Amino acid sequence: MNTNKLNLTLRIWRQKNSNTPGKFVDYKVSVSPDSSFLEMLDDLNNDLESKNQEPIAFESDCREGICGTCGLVIQGHPHGPIPRIATCQLHMRNFKDGETIYVEPFRAKAFPIIKDLIVDRSAFDKIQQAGGYISVNIGSVPDGNAIPIPKEVANEAMDAATCIGCGACVAACKNASAMLFVSAKVSQFALLPQGQPERYERVQKMVKVMDELGFGSCSNTYACEAECPKGISIKNIARMNRDYIVAKIAKEEVV
Amino acid sequence: MIKLDSKIPEGRIQDKWNIHKFNMKLVNPANKRKYEIIIVGSGLAGASAAASLGELGYNVKVITFHDSPRRAHSIAAQGGINAAKNYQNDGDSVYRLFYDTIKGGDFRAREANVYRLAEVSNNIIDQCVAQGVPFAREYGGLLDNRSFGGALVSRTFYAKGQTGQQLLLGAYSAMNRQISLGTVKLFTRREMLDVVLVDGVAKGVICRNLVTGEIEKYSAHAVILATGGYSNVFFLSTNAMNCNATAIWRAHKKGAAFANPCYTQIHPTCLPIHGEGQSKLTLMSESLRNDGRIWVSKIKGDMRDPNDIPEEERDYYLERKYPTYGNLSPRDISSRAAKEAVDDGRGAKGQEAVYLDFRDAINRLGENVIRERYGNLFEIYETITGENPYKTPMKIYPAPHYTMGGLWVDYNLMSTIPGLFVAGEANFSDHGANRLGASALMQGLADGYFVIPYTIGNYLAGDKPSYVKTDHEEFNKAAKEIEDMTNKLLSIKGKRTVDDIHKQLGRLMWNKVGMARNEQGLKEVINEIKELREEFWKNVNVVGDSNDVNQCLERAGRLADFLELGELMAIDALHRNESCGGHFREEYQTEEGEAKRDDENFAYVAAWEFKSVGEWELNKEPLVFENIQLATRSYK
Ligand SMILES: Cc1cc2nc3c(=O)[nH]c(=O)nc-3n(C[C@H](O)[C@H](O)[C@H](O)COP(=O)(O)OP(=O)(O)OC[C@H]3O[C@@H](n4cnc5c(N)ncnc54)[C@H](O)[C@@H]3O)c2cc1C
Ligand code: SF4
Ligand code: FES
Repeated sequence: MNTNKLNLTLRIWRQKNSNTPGKFVDYKVSVSPDSSFLEMLDDLNNDLESKNQEPIAFESDCREGICGTCGLVIQGHPHGPIPRIATCQLHMRNFKDGETIYVEPFRAKAFPIIKDLIVDRSAFDKIQQAGGYISVNIGSVPDGNAIPIPKEVANEAMDAATCIGCGACVAACKNASAMLFVSAKVSQFALLPQGQPERYERVQKMVKVMDELGFGSCSNTYACEAECPKGISIKNIARMNRDYIVAKIAKEEVV
Repeated sequence: MIKLDSKIPEGRIQDKWNIHKFNMKLVNPANKRKYEIIIVGSGLAGASAAASLGELGYNVKVITFHDSPRRAHSIAAQGGINAAKNYQNDGDSVYRLFYDTIKGGDFRAREANVYRLAEVSNNIIDQCVAQGVPFAREYGGLLDNRSFGGALVSRTFYAKGQTGQQLLLGAYSAMNRQISLGTVKLFTRREMLDVVLVDGVAKGVICRNLVTGEIEKYSAHAVILATGGYSNVFFLSTNAMNCNATAIWRAHKKGAAFANPCYTQIHPTCLPIHGEGQSKLTLMSESLRNDGRIWVSKIKGDMRDPNDIPEEERDYYLERKYPTYGNLSPRDISSRAAKEAVDDGRGAKGQEAVYLDFRDAINRLGENVIRERYGNLFEIYETITGENPYKTPMKIYPAPHYTMGGLWVDYNLMSTIPGLFVAGEANFSDHGANRLGASALMQGLADGYFVIPYTIGNYLAGDKPSYVKTDHEEFNKAAKEIEDMTNKLLSIKGKRTVDDIHKQLGRLMWNKVGMARNEQGLKEVINEIKELREEFWKNVNVVGDSNDVNQCLERAGRLADFLELGELMAIDALHRNESCGGHFREEYQTEEGEAKRDDENFAYVAAWEFKSVGEWELNKEPLVFENIQLATRSYK
């Protein structure tokens, strides 16, 4: 356990709602290096509340890097400067005494700000609703071991399925593209035998809705992969692009 | 007095569910779309119920306080899900899973429910595989299994250390398909604050829109609560920050009996507390106990580095006390053994912690095998503690994790309020006084995919409930009560923050209604909770407005409910003069310090009926064991 506290200035984005312009506000805090970033914000909020001031609105839930609820831009990086973790897993031992830390919401046209650091990511759900599933009815399925799946294939599908839907990839991208997120789901099902029947239809449906919702296009800067807390690989984007082209050609042939 | 009719079907245990399915009334397919069903909660239980009911053709509304259904706390489950497939050919069967669950629950669960759970467990795995859940596989391409505490067979299916995530995403995808087909409508960022009863029957719910602050009314022919557990009454627990008891507690106050509130599970393998500012506790999956060995020093107050403590000075206390199950002893037993070691002054470096050591497994299997099995868990550990568990043993300590208690339900999963069903961790039904690892995911999906879709049809076709519009006076009355409560909370303007009071409640609960309880402590704590509740209503400071995002207000409402529930937990623990599973009363133990049940006097479900704040009446549902003989649980 570490007893030397860090004294920091937090420069935090405050915004009453989507119609009111926001601004940065400075807060001085003193925090244990063993504390997590969000525990520091909890503490600050507790202080604000005891002074009868409104706490900073931010979201989190599992605090274990798996639910995808948290998401702050810290020092310009979605989920902060340490790679491969979500905001809730960031610990203060990674900062230096005296530092000024910028804290902002994820910014993207498709993610409007609700309040302070909370944004609306329901666009992600809409993309999933468009085709992020395998159409099987409950109860009418074969035995779990009826379809053997090679371990490597299962592992690769699992890696893609690890996406937590946090939106950091969108926040990291200068075009606010959602390609990494969408390709993770498309890949999971494209790799597995169960996903084959709807493979090409699925990719078209999901991409269509993604485009409609105002996400930008991909210009291969790989910023998404660099900031993704789960290390989702851009190989998934390549796979999705291939499937998308195949789907288009197939469709034209049918027409 | 409430009449508790468990509605257990006739017949041999193996036949009950089949007979019941045959006898239940069916809704004419053409009529299904005329029925509206509200599901509160989008975790495993809620999402799977929504997918199934949507598929059957009902009109379903799903309500969750999360911004997306995929955030539900189920996402955080790590270790795995049980099923009686016997793919490993190690002697598993539906009967064995049934037996293990009844025994693991220390003979305080209903046999018929548990048997059904074991019976449908295999369908769950098939369903999930078909949905594209990427379970771990063996080299031959077939499904892999691991073992969990309280079982001598390998029946746990897993997807890395992210099983809950993958199962929830599977259910979420099945629900998304129904959303795209128009049978399921999704309402996110809404917190359910009350159920609405018309002539004693559930007809809808009242919610607060967490973005606009509006109080909204929703009506339906039936309501399902799938709102999860209440471990956050302890403030610090492994549950996600927003888990709370409000939905089931408000239903309880409207007439739903609350069963066995004192049965809480303290999980043995969590990260120890780092300091005052701690916001929650992190679970290290129990699957680690497959290869990790748990120990403390034999010497009191030993401050040496663990790697400097030689083999002969280490006490592998689980292996010593329970040679058959060893490090895989059930959770309640392992947790208490850790507490004993720490109380004996032998905690890791004087802290409230014990060691979980992989040295021997790494020597035996190599670091790569351990990395493949637990890599992501080791990473989590290192991120949080800054220590490398490949080199230094992990430090772990028990933490509140799961609540076996919940709303009382009959065999059909209906509460004592007609038309109000309860699924998943929110009900009390299957785990008795202690839940086995990897069985909560199984129960959530069993309830949602395979039980409620049938039983709710039986209610709709049998009772033919009417539909009441939201302009009915009962809806207006309930909405008004919620508005009044909100205004009251905002007007107190006292001196203490919500979290400050919640932390105090948590300490009271942990010290006196935690791993070990006694009469004196429980009597004290009942008064202390009452006082704290008064303090809350006089001196809490809820800042901000009601017509805006207001997380302080959200937390305050949840705490108000915890302050009532905490008292009932203590009352239940005080009345149960025996030790069983997660409920350990110091007065009732054997000479070796093991839990001592009293089957003669306490083989019943305690279903508490709400009278007024701080006042309850006890109703008992006797537990009859026709298939498994009541026996002292032994893991030696
Ligand atoms: C860290 C951790 C690891 C675990 N690992 C395992 C494991 O390996 N195996 C296993 O079997 N079990 C495990 N469990 C237990 C298991 O995860 C849970 O018991 C189970 O997921 C609960 O599912 P549920 O659907 O009942 O509720 P939840 O998943 O908690 O979902 C509750 C839902 O209800 C909603 N809700 C609640 N109240 C309201 C309200 N008032 N208004 C609107 N919406 C509301 C929430 O938004 C959410 O959608 C673990 C638990 C924890 C804490
Ligand atoms: S791809 Fe990565 S960054 Fe994008 S939503 Fe998924 S986990 Fe988050
Ligand atoms: S709070 Fe769940 S991922 Fe950060």
